[in-house]
Amino acid sequence: MTSSSVRTRAFRTVLACSALASCLGLPLGILGGVYLTESRDRRLPWLIRFTADVLNGVPSIVIGIFAYTVVVLPMRRFSALAGGVALAVIMLPIVVRTTEEMMRLVPGSLREAALALGLPEWKVILRVVLPTARAGIITGVMVAIARIAGETAPLLFTAFGNRFWHQGPDQPIAALPLQIFAYAIAPYDDWHRQAWAGALVLILLVFLVSLAARVATRGRYSAVR
Amino acid sequence: MADGIRVRDLNAWFGSLHVLKGIEVATAPKAVTAIIGPSGCGKSTFIRCLNRMHEVVPGARVTGTVLVEGEDVYAPGVDPVDVRRKIGMVFQKANPFPTMSVFENVAAGLRLAGTRNRAVLNEAVERALTHAALWDEVRDRLDQAGSSLSGGQQQRLCIARALAVEPEVLLMDEPCSALDPIATAKIEELILELRKDLTIVIVTHNMQQAARVSEATGFFLLGEMIEFGVTRELFTNPRDKRTEDYITGRFG
Repeated sequence: MTSSSVRTRAFRTVLACSALASCLGLPLGILGGVYLTESRDRRLPWLIRFTADVLNGVPSIVIGIFAYTVVVLPMRRFSALAGGVALAVIMLPIVVRTTEEMMRLVPGSLREAALALGLPEWKVILRVVLPTARAGIITGVMVAIARIAGETAPLLFTAFGNRFWHQGPDQPIAALPLQIFAYAIAPYDDWHRQAWAGALVLILLVFLVSLAARVATRGRYSAVR
Repeated sequence: MADGIRVRDLNAWFGSLHVLKGIEVATAPKAVTAIIGPSGCGKSTFIRCLNRMHEVVPGARVTGTVLVEGEDVYAPGVDPVDVRRKIGMVFQKANPFPTMSVFENVAAGLRLAGTRNRAVLNEAVERALTHAALWDEVRDRLDQAGSSLSGGQQQRLCIARALAVEPEVLLMDEPCSALDPIATAKIEELILELRKDLTIVIVTHNMQQAARVSEATGFFLLGEMIEFGVTRELFTNPRDKRTEDYITGRFG
């Protein structure tokens, strides 16, 4: 195996669960936030908001058990997908609530100006409100990604860990925090050193995500932040 | 057929609060109508009823008939989006879109409605900005943020933005209340220019302004239209005692 393919595979393996979680959690979370801001109904948004806040406080291992029940048991195997679902459930409330808060910060006068131009409501949301709240929403998304990047507990019995490379989303997979955990509890000094190295890589990844958020939210003109 | 704005028995509510009571108005086309009255008397609500912006507020309700250029704005099956496209609106506080440049702000109405053709957009933006007497001031900084302009320029930018979609009617909700006298004078000049092509309804707290720019004036008090008539007559020879009290500043 060439070293570059080793590197890509390592990269894919390390990020698989987080990437899967983002693919599931971000669209759903942003849509949810938009719904909470725009809905004229009272009861359902209240219920969703309350549920999201409770979910935000649920220990991550409980969410791991949930993913175990709904994904691992029916599939009869641990998988990257199950890990992704668990992490998606963790990031969902964060994304929903920040999207909502940021969209609420957009002044009503902008919304009115856009409506008065004869734009349908969905276009007003998509082309005026969301772009104005963009920076804040991206920050929330990055916070959510940074949060799940380091989660270990929900991956213990979903992604499970794997000593081999990435073998497809329906197979058990290694994850960085899981690997750190496995190395750190082992009785060997060189494994401990691996755990430290893994921790450093993890911190660097989170650092990069924060940096990316800074760059992405700089924007052309000032907006809600 | 151009026949201005006809309003019959217009009532509006916020929840259970009855804010407009049986308003009757008829304006000439291509003329300026001013609406005056103390704060909270329903002036803004009135003009927001004309382009169906009132119903945007949760709990708000409207009854009655509004005919704009012969078409019933509240007829069943009429899409408020189409109504607002034909009836532009300028707000009290300038509200350019903060994520857009000067150009994009003016082009927003057309662009977001699906116009892609660059040449068409360029032409519409230049025409609207010229129309709003802003072109000479911003022609070299069309790509700067709309919010980088001065207050008066921002308000004219908002007027240009409303004009770019070529409305038949322009509603102005205290467009000068946050502007200095020079910027105000510019907007008033602009109104006199615009009335050649548009029917304009302007809400104002400034009675001199109403007298300067409008042909007809309506006086609102506590949700009722006390008097509506030719501007000069309303100011020199009001029929109602309450109108007289208000315009002479003896109110309360």
